[in-house]
Amino acid sequence: MPLAPVLTSRWAEPQSWRLSTYERLDGYTALRTALGMSPDELVSLVKDSGLRGRGGAGFPTGMKWSFIPQPKPGETRTGPAAMPKYLVVNADEGEPGTCKDLPLMMADPHSLIEGVVIAAYAIRSELAVIYVRGEAVHAHRRLVDAVREAYAAGYLGTDILGSGYDLELVVHAGAGAYICGEETALLDSLEGYRGQPRLKPPFPAVAGLYGAPTVINNVETLASVPFVVRGGSDWFKEFGPEKSPGPKIYSLSGRVVRPGQYEAPMGTTMRELLEMAGGVRPGHQLKFWTPGGSSTPYFTPEHLDVPLDFDSVAAAGSMLGTTALMVFDETDSIVEATLRFTEFYAHESCGKCTPCREGTYWLVQILDRLVHGRGTAADLDLLTDTCDNILGRSFCALGDGATSCISSSLKYFRDDYVALLPPEEQARLGRSLRLEPVGVAS
Amino acid sequence: MSALPGSAEGTAVTGLDSSPVDASPETLAELPPLTEQTRLEAREIIARYPQPRSALLPMLHLVQSYQGYVSPEGVALCAEELGLTKAEVGAVATFYTMYKRRPTGRHLVSVCTNTLCSVLGGQRIFDALAADLGVHHDETAPDGSITLEHAECLAACDYAPVVTVDYEFYDQQDVDSARTLVAALRRGEKPHPTRGAPLTDFRGVSRQLAGFDQYGDEATRRAAIDAEGAIEPTLAGLRLAAERGEAAPPMPGPGPGQPSADTGEPRETVRPSGRTGETPGEEAADARVAAADTPAERAGAEQTHPDKGAEYGQPRGRQRAGTENPPATEPATGTTPPTSPSPNPPRAQNQEA
Repeated sequence: MPLAPVLTSRWAEPQSWRLSTYERLDGYTALRTALGMSPDELVSLVKDSGLRGRGGAGFPTGMKWSFIPQPKPGETRTGPAAMPKYLVVNADEGEPGTCKDLPLMMADPHSLIEGVVIAAYAIRSELAVIYVRGEAVHAHRRLVDAVREAYAAGYLGTDILGSGYDLELVVHAGAGAYICGEETALLDSLEGYRGQPRLKPPFPAVAGLYGAPTVINNVETLASVPFVVRGGSDWFKEFGPEKSPGPKIYSLSGRVVRPGQYEAPMGTTMRELLEMAGGVRPGHQLKFWTPGGSSTPYFTPEHLDVPLDFDSVAAAGSMLGTTALMVFDETDSIVEATLRFTEFYAHESCGKCTPCREGTYWLVQILDRLVHGRGTAADLDLLTDTCDNILGRSFCALGDGATSCISSSLKYFRDDYVALLPPEEQARLGRSLRLEPVGVAS
Repeated sequence: MSALPGSAEGTAVTGLDSSPVDASPETLAELPPLTEQTRLEAREIIARYPQPRSALLPMLHLVQSYQGYVSPEGVALCAEELGLTKAEVGAVATFYTMYKRRPTGRHLVSVCTNTLCSVLGGQRIFDALAADLGVHHDETAPDGSITLEHAECLAACDYAPVVTVDYEFYDQQDVDSARTLVAALRRGEKPHPTRGAPLTDFRGVSRQLAGFDQYGDEATRRAAIDAEGAIEPTLAGLRLAAERGEAAPPMPGPGPGQPSADTGEPRETVRPSGRTGETPGEEAADARVAAADTPAERAGAEQTHPDKGAEYGQPRGRQRAGTENPPATEPATGTTPPTSPSPNPPRAQNQEA
């Protein structure tokens, strides 16, 4: 499929982050349209567009909005429907490989703000918070200024564009914890606690921020919303497959000639994207890659033609995640790469659930001795066994994600593990392989 | 804890950091004081939120902007202003990587050593800087100029390998460029970051993260925001699209927001209020949706609601005909936590209905 810049279309404009640039390029026209519609119409429009969350899980955005309890006419206002509603933006980008939301907020912060106002109006919220990763000071700086500009121009605050609708928007900086990208941990963090996930249900739509109904959406998801409003749902569905349509920012990194952000329709393949990025660096071959960040099972060259949309990637045994395409070639050791990812999960496990907290620690120990040539034949099964005791046994997806790189590398590259075993341990397996240690730890 | 057979103690990085907060008399004697101004700013932060405790993270950034780390005095100030115990504040402060337990050097240098940056040289960069400075992770050079740390993924993989100074990015580094950068920092210079805004220092950036201006005057602030960066990877796809003449499908004609497949019938506004003339069956369905306790129940109730098929742009009257369709069942979507991919997006159901 060809490139299809939509979300990225303004990024190369001079001072693309300024309100004046944004307004010149149709900015905030979708907001005017949206404020002329009823909130329910907006929810239906977004449902009909097929927009699915870009933060990794791919949950249908319009459906998420529709879960917010709204008081019925004449109904006594009690329970969640009577509480304030909140919109929280997850801008805590930190999944290894993922690098799309920060460039978006750097280059086009107003597209996010416009999406926030439309979404908040649709769910009848009067307070929205953008939770920005603390380390992202460059994007935070531009975003804060854009919010200031939007207030001054009447796109935020009271009686927005004369509609009678009020919305306050707070930009909130995090403080360095990957787990806060998990939506309920983000809420705890935003409430001033350690960022630890909550048990669901209740889901945030019923009991979210301060126990009130809350929608949590990713940056790219909300930045897509003004385009859905302007172009309509049928236009949006022209991009990619019917069940997960829309333009998508694919982030290529690693052993490619031109790493960067490539926006194309959902369902574009890695073969196409690699070609756009100039291919794997000259003289080398693709060995393994992630379709959507470190929490998504590795893919191999045999997966180059899998359409990169939510359903096709899932059917091929991985997850679309955040379309963070990390590319590794034959000089990179998959076991060492997996060790690095696992160290990351051990570092970022919040410690709440025992299987994740203890399991990631032991996974690091096992992988570390394998990488350093001190592993045993039994370690390969021990890795699998440990993963089985983490997967599905913790509150949130961090533990599950920690097992993805291990399980998938054992599935596709078991010989790479065997080759790191001492000869006598290989003999136990009836094998004799030799692989020079290469890559990150050498 | 006993190690598994064959594993070496202390070889692996874990999330456990049990190092104490620096409360030595020498350190405390050198700290700039927290002032009445600090308290006023803390209260300004608190006023941004519906509930005061939400201000805690920005307040801890504020403390660091004065003292370079989360000092015992800073913990006490936050506790007093928020009506929390010092233990409650300390529990939060020690959870987050960006809150430092010892005074940070003039600059904080972070080297990404996560997988992608590491295979491209991040680990070699970290090792070289550690050797130059004579420090390990999370230690400060003896001259107080630099605190060095290894960082987890900094969301800049397309610019790998990256180094940040006070969280400002220096992209596509190698060992030589990073050593040159750090040497300049130690001489008191401030080499220009890749993405535009000029380098300030750890305390200035902490002030920004607390939600305040770190620049002092409007011209400086404006210049920092508008500074152009070298952002080729960010623009790679856009440039290629222009080169190849590729573009997104054009939006439909004059009426943005209008569904292009609209049959031309007047669009009826479906407002949440003013629904009159409902049948008893519809009212019962409304009640089922309203009474649902969880999103899962609610989704189930909505699926059997006669208005379920009412989509944007389709007049409600026409949908009435659809009520004779058997109610679609959609078990998975509502019960799947939003963190898991949904196998049954609503589009599929809409097609079937």
